[in-house]
Amino acid sequence: MDHQPAADDQTSGLSAAGSVDIAHLLKRSARGDREAFADLYDATARRAYGLVLRVVRDPAQAEEVTQEVYLEVWRMAARFDPQRGSAVSWLLTIAHRKAVDRVRSAESATRRDLTYHQQNHEVEHDQTAETVQSSLDARRVRAALNSLTPVQREAIELAYFGGYTHTEVAALLDLPLGTAKTRIRDGLIRLRDTIGVEQ
Amino acid sequence: MTDFHEHPTNDVHALSGAYAVNALDAAERERFERHLDDCAACRSEVAELSATAAAIAESVAVEPPAGLRASVLEGIDAVRPLPPLVASPPAEPRRGLLARIPKMQLALAAAFLGIAVAGLALASPWQDQRPDVVTASDVLEAHDATRRTESLPGGATVTVTLAPSLDKAVITTDDLDPAPDGKVYELWLQKPGGGLDPAGFLPDAKDATVLVDGQAAEATAVGVTVEPDGGSAKPTTEPFIWVELA
Repeated sequence: MDHQPAADDQTSGLSAAGSVDIAHLLKRSARGDREAFADLYDATARRAYGLVLRVVRDPAQAEEVTQEVYLEVWRMAARFDPQRGSAVSWLLTIAHRKAVDRVRSAESATRRDLTYHQQNHEVEHDQTAETVQSSLDARRVRAALNSLTPVQREAIELAYFGGYTHTEVAALLDLPLGTAKTRIRDGLIRLRDTIGVEQ
Repeated sequence: MTDFHEHPTNDVHALSGAYAVNALDAAERERFERHLDDCAACRSEVAELSATAAAIAESVAVEPPAGLRASVLEGIDAVRPLPPLVASPPAEPRRGLLARIPKMQLALAAAFLGIAVAGLALASPWQDQRPDVVTASDVLEAHDATRRTESLPGGATVTVTLAPSLDKAVITTDDLDPAPDGKVYELWLQKPGGGLDPAGFLPDAKDATVLVDGQAAEATAVGVTVEPDGGSAKPTTEPFIWVELA
């Protein structure tokens, strides 16, 4: 791998939002420290809830799933392995996975019929109706997403926000089977390099 | 349908991006997570791509409803944080026993000296403890037992009862046709990382209650597969019963 991890300086990447602190809050939470966990919630809930909401779409379900996410974070805090990534990544991966599991199980086979989605799918680059995030980081992320090829961007959005498997993404985008995962990986690598994410 | 013996040229590394955005199906995810245990390059890439995905989330951040914070903080009161994983190799039931001996000696010594040792109440049946011998009944009657039931095609039902305080689960089948000749139904416990640990077998009966081997409190699912008589070290078929615990 040629990629060098980003240096400590905050200017090269997104503001880490105290990612180091979050790892510490997690560690304290693992010992049952409720105050630390409340701080952890305050530091991460907007991102977690926003992500869950974007995936499950229904605010009532989003609230339910987000609660499950935080209960899981509380339960599994001691199992966070810093060698596998940052604390924020870990938490948001849990949030994302639970949101995706919810949409995949909640929708019956007929609703996840891909022809339905193919007819109704619109690539939503801007969530202007729901959430206009004017933060510097949000704008940088959107700009970075726009710097991808259309296929890469659509593949990532369908996978990440749509909760589709890469095989479903391939079908939705009329790609040969197996190529969607490559587009997703290529797109993420490019985003990683554009945003300057440190691990 | 994926099978476990993938075509050799199917590049498992290429799944790293899809994995980072949870775009794998259950079988692929389990396969990739096993791969991650053995591939440092992929672990490093997944860490970076997961961070990238998390950064994308920033663009859709939304203030949660006001009541959520309170319900989360209330909810954690009922959930016990899991302890960290111990690094030493598994020999779990025996390690549990050995780990307890010094504590028991200490307790006996303390009791002999008349010193009350809080938290080592050996006689209390309501203490959160991990007894050496837990029976299926103990699990079914545990104060914190939770149940999940699934219906199977053909009218059979299966229930998994989890008792976190005992770190054990029980699987109960009702009207399930036993495994065909030469085959056996093998149980699996899915670890948090996604790997499946062998966890025992179902007997040759339509109705059964079986204690699942292994530490269930940290498990994320219980699965059952059809295996050759004698069982397998790793599943060779797709689970036909799969009950999520997390």
